[in-house]
Amino acid sequence: MNIIISNSSDKPIYEQIVDQIKDHIIKGYLNELEPLPSIRSLAKDLHISVITTKRAYDELEKEGFIVTIAGKGSFVAAQNKELLRESRIKIVEEKIAEVVFAAKSANLTYSELEEMLRIFYEEV
Amino acid sequence: MENILEVKNLKKSFKDFTLNNISFSLPKGYITGFIGPNGSGKTTTIKLIFNLLKKDSGEISVFGLDNIVHEKEIKNRIGFVYDENHFYEELTVEEMKRVIAPLYQKWDEEQFKYYMKEFGLSPNKKIKELSRGMKVKFSLAIALSHHAELLIMDEPTSGLDPMVRSEILDILYNLIQDENKGVFFSSHITSDLDRIADYIIMIHKGEILFSTTKEELLERHAIVKGSLSLLNSDMSKNLIGIRKNDYGFDALAADNRVAASFKKAGAIIDKPTLEDILLYYTRKENRYA
Repeated sequence: MNIIISNSSDKPIYEQIVDQIKDHIIKGYLNELEPLPSIRSLAKDLHISVITTKRAYDELEKEGFIVTIAGKGSFVAAQNKELLRESRIKIVEEKIAEVVFAAKSANLTYSELEEMLRIFYEEV
Repeated sequence: MENILEVKNLKKSFKDFTLNNISFSLPKGYITGFIGPNGSGKTTTIKLIFNLLKKDSGEISVFGLDNIVHEKEIKNRIGFVYDENHFYEELTVEEMKRVIAPLYQKWDEEQFKYYMKEFGLSPNKKIKELSRGMKVKFSLAIALSHHAELLIMDEPTSGLDPMVRSEILDILYNLIQDENKGVFFSSHITSDLDRIADYIIMIHKGEILFSTTKEELLERHAIVKGSLSLLNSDMSKNLIGIRKNDYGFDALAADNRVAASFKKAGAIIDKPTLEDILLYYTRKENRYA
C-alpha cells in the first residue's frame, strides 16, 4: 500500500492519509477484512505523530471504512463498497441539484439541459 | 488516559529567574515536545523532575509516584539523555557502562550489546573521543538497555547533523511502538518536533504558555501578513508578536476566525511551523506593537 505525505499540501496530514486509504479501498487494493498497519507502526513509517495517524483511523472508522477491534488492530470494514457507492451517489445528487439550480436561473429548459447532460456524459 | 508524568503548581525561585507555578502532564504512549527559548525554564523543570534541584513548592509525580519519596524507583524506570556530556571523559565506553549498569535493577546486557552494534559504538573508545552524536547515542543505549519506561531528553538533538538527528527520531519511534512508554523531549530546535511530537508544551519566562496536541496548535494558529493599513487597534489586539516595517506587517493569529477576518480584508495567510509559533509568542518586539 502506498501512502505519500506532502508537507506543502494545504490538506492536513491526517486528511491525506484518510483520502489515500479510502482510495485504496475503493479501487480494491485493500480488501474486506484485510488488516491495516497499527497506528504506531504507520506513524513510524510515515514519520508523523501517533496522534495524527490515530486521527486518520478515527475518521476512517467514523465513515465506516475500517473497524478497530481492541487488542487486535484495525481492518478494512466489510461491505464498504456499497457504502461507498451510496456516498458517491449522494455527491452526484448534490451536484445535480446545483446544476439544476444554475440551469433554472439561466432559463434553460429541461430538454436543453438534458441535451447538455447527454453531450457531457458521452464526452467525459 | 493515564499520565506518566504530572507536574502541579511547581515553583522554584532563583535570584534572577522564577519557575512560576507551572502545571502540565504527559500521557503515556506519546512523544511530548517541551519547547521554549534558551533560559525559559526547560532545564530547571527537568532538573526538578529528577530532584537535582530542590523545589520551593508544588508536586511532581512520575508513574503516579511522588518524585522525592520514590526517587530511587523512579530513576530506575527513567532514561535520561542530556544535552551536555555527563560521563567521565577518560573512561572508555565499556568502562563507563560498567560504572552505570549496576545502578539499574533491570539492566539488560544483551540489549546493550545490541544497541552498541546498532548505533556503531565501539566499546574501547574513550568517552572524550566520541562525537556529540555518538555521546547522545551512548546515552540512548544506556536508557534503552535498562528498559526505561519514560525517556526524558534535554536538548538531545541540538548541535547534531541532520542524519544523526533523523536516526535519533527513528529510535524514538521504535520506543513508542510500546504504548506504555513515553518520551519528554525538550528542545529549542523545533523542526525535529514538527513531525514526531504528539503533544507540545511551550514554556516562556518560567510560565507555561500552552500545553496541547501539536495538531491543534498548528491548525489553530496562522501567520497573517499584510499592509499596515489593516492594523487598526481593534484588529491588531487579536494578533501576537506583530512586526512592522515600511512594507507591511506580519504577526500570528491564535484563532482561525481572526485569520479569516484578516484574509477577508486582503491579508495573506500562511501556515505556521512550530518554530514560527515559538518565535511570534516570544518576540520582544511585542512591547513596541
